[in-house]
Amino acid sequence: MVCEMESDQTEDMEMEVEVLSSMWPEDMNENGKQFNIDWPGEDQDMLEEVNINEDSTIVDFKRLVELTNYSEKGSSQLAYLVKNWEYKQENAVRLLREELDNLSKQQQESELKKLEILEKYQFEEERYGGDKRPISILDEDLKRYIFQEAPRKRNDVKIQDKLEIDAEYDSIKYWKQRATHLEKLLETSGQREQILTEKLQESIENLERQSSPVEELSQVLKRADNFLHFVLQNAPVVIGHQDNELRYRFIYNHFPSLREEDIIGKTDVEIFTGAGVKESQDFKREVLERGIPAKREITFDTGLFGSKTFLIYVEPVFSKAGETLGVNYMGMEITDQVRKREKMAKLREEIAVQKAKETELNKTIHITEETMRAKQMLATMSHEIRSPLSGVVSMTEILSTTKLDKEQRQLVNVMLSSGDLVLQLINDILDLSKVESGVMKLEATKFRPREVVKHVLQTAAASLQKILTLEGHIAEDVPIEVVGDVLRIRQILTNLISNAIKFTHEGKVGIKLYVVSGPCPDVKQGSHKRMASDHSKVLAKICKEDKCTSPSNNALDRKGSGGCKDADGANERLLQKGEGNYSEQNGASIEDEVDDPNQQETTVWIRCDVYDTGIGIPENAIPTLFKKYMQVGADTARKYGGTGLGLAICKQLAELMGGHMTVSSKEHHGSTFTFILPYKVSPVCDSSDDNEELTEMDNHDTSSEGNDDDINSGFFQFQPRTLGSLFSSHSSGRAPKLSPNGFGYNTLNKTNGFQVNSHSFPLDSNTSKETGSVEDACSVADAVETCSDPESTFKHTRNSGNPSTSGREQKINGVLDHTPCLSSPNSETTNSDQGEITEKIEKSQIQEQPDKSSECSSSKDAQISKTSLKPKILLVEDNKILVMVTRSMMKQLGHDIDIVNNGVEALRAVQRYRYDLILMDVCMPVMDGLQTTRLIRSYEESGNWDAAKDAGIDVEVSPSNTSQRSDESSTKRIPIIAMTANAISESAEECYANGMDSFVSKPVTLQKLKESLQQYLP
Amino acid sequence: MEIVAKLQKQFMDFISALYREFLQLQNLQDESNPDFVREVVSLFFVDSENLINNLTAALQQQVVDFKQVDSHVHQFKGSSSSIGAQRVKNACVAFKTFCEGKNIEGCVQCLQQVKHEYFLVKNKLETLMMLEKQILAAGGRIPDLS
Repeated sequence: MVCEMESDQTEDMEMEVEVLSSMWPEDMNENGKQFNIDWPGEDQDMLEEVNINEDSTIVDFKRLVELTNYSEKGSSQLAYLVKNWEYKQENAVRLLREELDNLSKQQQESELKKLEILEKYQFEEERYGGDKRPISILDEDLKRYIFQEAPRKRNDVKIQDKLEIDAEYDSIKYWKQRATHLEKLLETSGQREQILTEKLQESIENLERQSSPVEELSQVLKRADNFLHFVLQNAPVVIGHQDNELRYRFIYNHFPSLREEDIIGKTDVEIFTGAGVKESQDFKREVLERGIPAKREITFDTGLFGSKTFLIYVEPVFSKAGETLGVNYMGMEITDQVRKREKMAKLREEIAVQKAKETELNKTIHITEETMRAKQMLATMSHEIRSPLSGVVSMTEILSTTKLDKEQRQLVNVMLSSGDLVLQLINDILDLSKVESGVMKLEATKFRPREVVKHVLQTAAASLQKILTLEGHIAEDVPIEVVGDVLRIRQILTNLISNAIKFTHEGKVGIKLYVVSGPCPDVKQGSHKRMASDHSKVLAKICKEDKCTSPSNNALDRKGSGGCKDADGANERLLQKGEGNYSEQNGASIEDEVDDPNQQETTVWIRCDVYDTGIGIPENAIPTLFKKYMQVGADTARKYGGTGLGLAICKQLAELMGGHMTVSSKEHHGSTFTFILPYKVSPVCDSSDDNEELTEMDNHDTSSEGNDDDINSGFFQFQPRTLGSLFSSHSSGRAPKLSPNGFGYNTLNKTNGFQVNSHSFPLDSNTSKETGSVEDACSVADAVETCSDPESTFKHTRNSGNPSTSGREQKINGVLDHTPCLSSPNSETTNSDQGEITEKIEKSQIQEQPDKSSECSSSKDAQISKTSLKPKILLVEDNKILVMVTRSMMKQLGHDIDIVNNGVEALRAVQRYRYDLILMDVCMPVMDGLQTTRLIRSYEESGNWDAAKDAGIDVEVSPSNTSQRSDESSTKRIPIIAMTANAISESAEECYANGMDSFVSKPVTLQKLKESLQQYLP
Repeated sequence: MEIVAKLQKQFMDFISALYREFLQLQNLQDESNPDFVREVVSLFFVDSENLINNLTAALQQQVVDFKQVDSHVHQFKGSSSSIGAQRVKNACVAFKTFCEGKNIEGCVQCLQQVKHEYFLVKNKLETLMMLEKQILAAGGRIPDLS
C-alpha cells in the first residue's frame, strides 16, 4: 500500500505538470503532441525543432522588469504566476503530509506485522509442522495480502497480546519478556524513524530541487515566449510597447528591417519618415492621452517598406496608481485586404454608376418616346386642325366673292379676319411647340440681308393701312450674302415689324442692321438715341400730312389687317423668289463687301434693331413680354388683338439659331426690339446665281440701274405717301421696276410721288369716314394705287393673294383703267354690288388676252411673255384623279401643265424640256418622287445624267438638246414642289433632304396650290 | 318652276353633306369645262372599282404581296381624298396601317370597310349627278356654289 501511494504521488506530480502544460493547445496539429510540453527538457528539444529566431524579439529587459514591477498588468501577471507557484507548493506540502501519514500508518502496520510474525512464531512453536506461509514484507503480493488481511490480524494480535500479558502477569519472566519485547519494538521504531527521517530528508531535497519559483516562472515565461514566437513567426504582425514619450521599449517584428539599437528608445517619427508616420504617432498619442484602447487603419508610405496599410491596435498601459506608462501597440499589415476592399468599393461604385446610367437611359428612352408621340401628335394636330379651319376660311373667301349686301359683307369680312386670326394662332402654337419639342429644323441657306430687310419692309408697306414711314438701314459692314435660316429670320423680322406697325400710330417703323463683335447687346443706348433722332427727323418731314390724315388713320387701325394676311404670306414667299433673282449682282459687288474672298467660312454676328415710334411698353411689362400668351395688358389685347405668341416665337427662334433677343422701350416714345444672330459668311460666291441673270434681265430690262443701287444701298424708305403705290409695287414682286415711276427709294423721285398723292389723301379719309367698313378701307388702298401708279397696270393686282381684294381690283382695272384718280373712291362704294361680275371679267380677260396670262402673278408672266410665253410646269403624278383635279386647278390658275405618271417619265421630260417648276408626287410606282428629285438635282449640279444612268435609267437625250440645255441653264435649279399624302413633319423633312424646295400636302386645294406657285413663279 | 326649286334645294343639301374637296371640284367646273365634275366622278368610279377588284384579288393570294396592296390602297387614298370621299379615305388610312403591319385579317376587314364606304359615296355621287341632270332637264340651273 505504501508503495502504491508513492506511485500515486508521483503520478500526482505528473498531473500537476500536465495541468500547467495544458495551457497550450493539445492538438495544434497532427504532431501536436510534439509541442505539448511535459517536461522542460523536452521543451528544449521542441525549440530546437521549431527554430525560433531569437533576434526578432528585441527586449529592453530592464524595462520589462520595471513593467512587471510597476504596471498593473505586469503585477497581475506576476501575481498570477506567484499564486500558481504557491498553489503548487501547497500541493507539495499536502502531498508530503499525506506521505507522512502514510508512513506513520506503515509504521503501525509494520508493527502489527511484527506482532503477527511473533505470534506465528509462537504458534509454530506451539504447533510444530503446522501450515507455514513464507511471507516477504517486500513482496508485492504479500503487501496486498496484508492490506486486505491486516485489520483482522491486528485484532487478533491485540487479543493475543492481552492474552499473553494476562497469562504471565506479574511474573519476572513476564516483565522480562515484556521488556525485551518493548526493547525490540523500540529498536524497530527507531529504525523506522530513521528511515522516515531519511525519506523526509530525501523528499525535501527533492522538493527543493524540483520547485524553485523563479525557475518555474522563467520556464513558464520561456514557454509562453516560445509559443508566441511559434505563433507569430509568419504572421504579418508587429507588436511593440512604447513608453509615455512614445519611445519604443519593446518591439517584435518578424521581418525586421532595422536593428534593435535603431528602434529601442526612439519614436516612430525618429525611426522613419513618410506618409502615415505622423498619423500613427498622433494616434498613439491620442490613445495615450485618452486612456482608451482604439483601432485605426493607417496607410504608410515610407522609404523603409514602401506603401503599406496597417491596422493598428493601441492600448494604454497604466501604472497601479492609474497613470499611463505607455502604450502597447499591435499592427497587422492589411495592404492586400485594403486593396481588395478598395477594388470592391470601386466595383460597387461602378455598378451603382452603371445602374444610374441605365435608369437615366431608360428615362431618356422614355422621354424620347414621349417626344416621338408628341411629334406624331403635332403632325396630326397640324393636319386635323389646320385642314378644316382652312376649309372654313377658304369657304368664307368664296362666300365673300358672292353677291352679298353690305351687312352680309361686313359679317363675312369679320368671319374672314377671325378665321385668319385663328389660323394664325394655330400656326403660331404649332411653330412654338415645334421649337419646343425640337422638331423644328433650321436650314442653312445663302441669303442677302439687305434683300430680306427690304422685302420685309415692302411686305409690311403693302399691307400697311396707316400713314407710317417704313425704313431700313443696313450698315456697310454687313456682308452682302450670309448663310442662315432665312425663313425663320424673315419670320422674326415680319413678326416684329407687324408688331411695331400695330402699336405705332404715327411716325415710323424701321429696321437697322449692323455687324457687332459678339452676341452681347451692348449698343442699346446708342440705338435709342439714333431712334430718337430718326423720329424727330421723320416728324419734321411728314408732320403736315400726318396731322390731317390721322383721323382716318385711326379708323383704319381699328380693324386689323385680317383680310390682308393672306397677301402677306403670299408676298413673303414671292419675295423669296425675288431675292433669288436679285442675286445676279453677286459677282460685281461681293468684292466690295467681303474683304478676303479666299477666307473660309467665318461667323459674323449681325445685330438687328426693329424700332418704332409707337406707344411703347411700360417698364413693368417688359419682363413678361416674351412669355407665351402675354400681352402688355388686358387693354392691349382688347384694343390690338393678337395671340400673344408672336414675341415668344421670335425669341425662341432667335435662341434656336444661337442668338438672343432683347427689348428696350420708353412708354409713348417707342420700342426697339433687338436680336443678334450669328451667321456664316461664305466667301465664295455661287456661280449658279449668275445664270439667273438672263431671267432677271428679261424681267427688268428697264430697271437694272435701280437694281445696282439696290444691292449695295444701305437705306430703304417707304414713305407713307407712297402707300398705295407700294402696295402695287410690291405685288409685282419687282420693286425696282417702279423706280422709274418715282416710287422707289431715292429721294429725288419721292417728290414725284408726293405730288400725285397729295390730292388723293383727303378724299381717302372722307371715304373711309363715310363707309366705315374694313373692306372699303382696303379699297382705298386699291384706289390710291390706281391713281398713283397708272403705269403699273392691273396686271399686278392678282398677286395680293386675297381673292376679294384682287377681284375688286380686277374690276376697277377693267372698268376704270384710265379713270382719273378722284373718281375711284366713288366707284368703290358700288364695288360690293359688282362682286359677281368680277369673276366674269376675269374670265373674259383670260380669253381676251391669253398671251398675257393676266390671271396670276401677272407682271412676271407679262414680262416673261417676251421670251417664253408662260412658265412651263410639269406635274408628276400617277393618280389619274389627282392628275385631273390638279390640271383643272392649274388651268384655273392660268397654267397649262405637262403631265407624266412616274419618276422615270419625269426624268425624260426634264431631259427634253426646260421646266420652270415641277409638281412632284412623292409616292409613285417605278420611281418615287424623292429619287427623281435627287437625280434631277444631281444633274443640275454635275451637268450630266450619270447618276440617273447609274440608277438604271436610259437617257435618251438628243445631242442637240443636251448642248442647248448645258449652254443655257444646265446648272439652274428647277423649283420642285412635293405633293405629299401626309403632313407629318418627317415627310416634309424628307422632301427637303432630297432636294425639294417646298411641299403641298394632299388633298391639294386651289388655295394651297396657288400659294405654292406664287412662291416660285414670280 | 317649283320642282326646280325643290330639286335645287335637294342638290344643295347633298352638296353641303359632301366635303369641301368636292366643293372645290365643283368650283373647278366652269363654262370652258362643263363636264369636269362628271368626268372626274366617273373616272373615280372606274378607278375605284378597278382598285377594289385588284385589292380583292391581291388579298386572296396564297402569299399576299403587301407592297402591291399598299400601293393600291395608296392610290385609292389619293383619289378618294381628292374627290372628297373622306370616309373612304379614312378607311384607306386604316387599311394602310394594317398593310404595314402585314395583318391579313385586318386588311380583309378594311377592304370590306373601304368597299362599304365606297358604295355609299358612289350612291351619293350618283344621286347628285342624277339631281343635276334632273335640274337641267327641268330647265333649271345648277345652283352656284360659290
